[in-house]
Amino acid sequence: MKQIIAIIRPEKFPEVKKALTDAGVKGMTIREVKGRGNQKGIKLQSRGGSYEIEFLDKIEIMVVVHSDMAQKVMDVILASARTDRGPGDGKIFVLPVDEVIRIRTGEKNDDSL
Amino acid sequence: MILQVDSGDTSWILGATCLVLLMTPGLAMFYGGLIRKKNVLAMFGMCLAAMIAVSIEWFMIGYSLSFSTSIGGFIGDLGYAGLVNIHVASPVGTIPATVFVVFQCVFAMITAAILASPFAERTRFGSFLLFIGIWSMIVYDPIAHWVWAPGGFLFLLHALDFAGGTVVHVNVGFSALAVALVIGKRRGFKKDPMEPHNIPMVLMGLGLLWFGWFGFNGGSALAASEIAGLAIINTNLAACSAAITWVVFEYADKNKKKPSTIGIATGVLAGLVAVTPAAGYVQPWSAFVIGIISTCAVYFVLKWRARSNLDESLDAFACHGIGGVVGAVLTGVFASVNSTGLISGNPMQIAIQALGVLCAAGYAFGVTLVLALIFKKALRIRVPEAEEYVGCDLSQHHEIAYA
Repeated sequence: MKQIIAIIRPEKFPEVKKALTDAGVKGMTIREVKGRGNQKGIKLQSRGGSYEIEFLDKIEIMVVVHSDMAQKVMDVILASARTDRGPGDGKIFVLPVDEVIRIRTGEKNDDSL
Repeated sequence: MILQVDSGDTSWILGATCLVLLMTPGLAMFYGGLIRKKNVLAMFGMCLAAMIAVSIEWFMIGYSLSFSTSIGGFIGDLGYAGLVNIHVASPVGTIPATVFVVFQCVFAMITAAILASPFAERTRFGSFLLFIGIWSMIVYDPIAHWVWAPGGFLFLLHALDFAGGTVVHVNVGFSALAVALVIGKRRGFKKDPMEPHNIPMVLMGLGLLWFGWFGFNGGSALAASEIAGLAIINTNLAACSAAITWVVFEYADKNKKKPSTIGIATGVLAGLVAVTPAAGYVQPWSAFVIGIISTCAVYFVLKWRARSNLDESLDAFACHGIGGVVGAVLTGVFASVNSTGLISGNPMQIAIQALGVLCAAGYAFGVTLVLALIFKKALRIRVPEAEEYVGCDLSQHHEIAYA
């Protein structure tokens, strides 16, 4: 089982959500986060000079899927979250998951996903 | 006719002025809650800009252009420019000129702030500040003069506009339409989610608008009189009949079946707008009917706008423009208090009202269109693309609303 954490542009969220749902990923957990990448935020120009915005709004999507689904989920997020607007599209992290339990039934691991 | 100053009348108009003043921050909350949280401060900023720019404009030249001696019925002269010696000017009715100046000033402020609608989430603060001061001078002042100044051509034709249905609402509604056409839609319009970020704030804002509207319409009697009382009864009643009509429409809507609080608020606003020109001229039952008819028009125009590709972001055109037209024309139908309309045997009044609407809507749309085009060509009016994604709060004010 793999945990996939994707940090994406907020305005791309509806597209990514739809793409994931279409790919068969129904459950997901999301939150609003702030973050920055290698560019350390962005620089804006104003009449009084330029200034930096260190942290920008992002949405973090967390899903846990069967290991053989992980590549497909990554592809789906890549295709739906990418823009041509330069840096800031976000990142995808993939982590191994030791154990999953569905609280309602006590089912474990692959049965509980 | 110069009457004696009456202290009762004067104190009511001073109070009404304060009520109307509070409408603009109320409008900022109403608009601010409806947009995304990254732009809420910029919306408050634009409403503050309207208060500040218009107040200064009103002092320098606006009051004079609106209410000084008429030049051909079209605009006032510069007799009161800078408000020099205003404290010794003749009273207006039974209230001192100084009180009339500031009462009219808060009307000009709220009207300008309503025009923030098509600028929402995409406008540079400085450009808006300049735009709104000039707009108030070349669009609001002449229309106020036509309708309310004793020498204005619509005043002389006996067009009825109790508290500003034409001057405020038709004017700003059609101006908003012109701005929306020039400035273009927000990036991601119809693609990215643009849900209201704070609905309780919208409803608080509506509360302040409703509260202020008692001063807006009640104060327009320019006296602490039975007409002021009638205007307030009518204002309240039309707000409620319009809101309940909106609720019925939403229950009947197959996709919705639930009355949204934003819908109820929009209904209240549609009623308040439509009753504005009629408030002191009609019987309460007429105000009730005006509210219902206003929602019937505003609801469907708003639906059409939402389906269209027109990003008139906060529907000033649908609510104020269409509600204003409905109210102005229905005033010609229902006028029966100190005035006559269709139901009291004067069908011609409807034609006069329609003429007033046509003049105000045409002038406001045309002049605002040209002004906005000049601003678009000569000054940057929209923020650059990257700033629009980051949000105008950061890019225009370097602040975050909710840290």
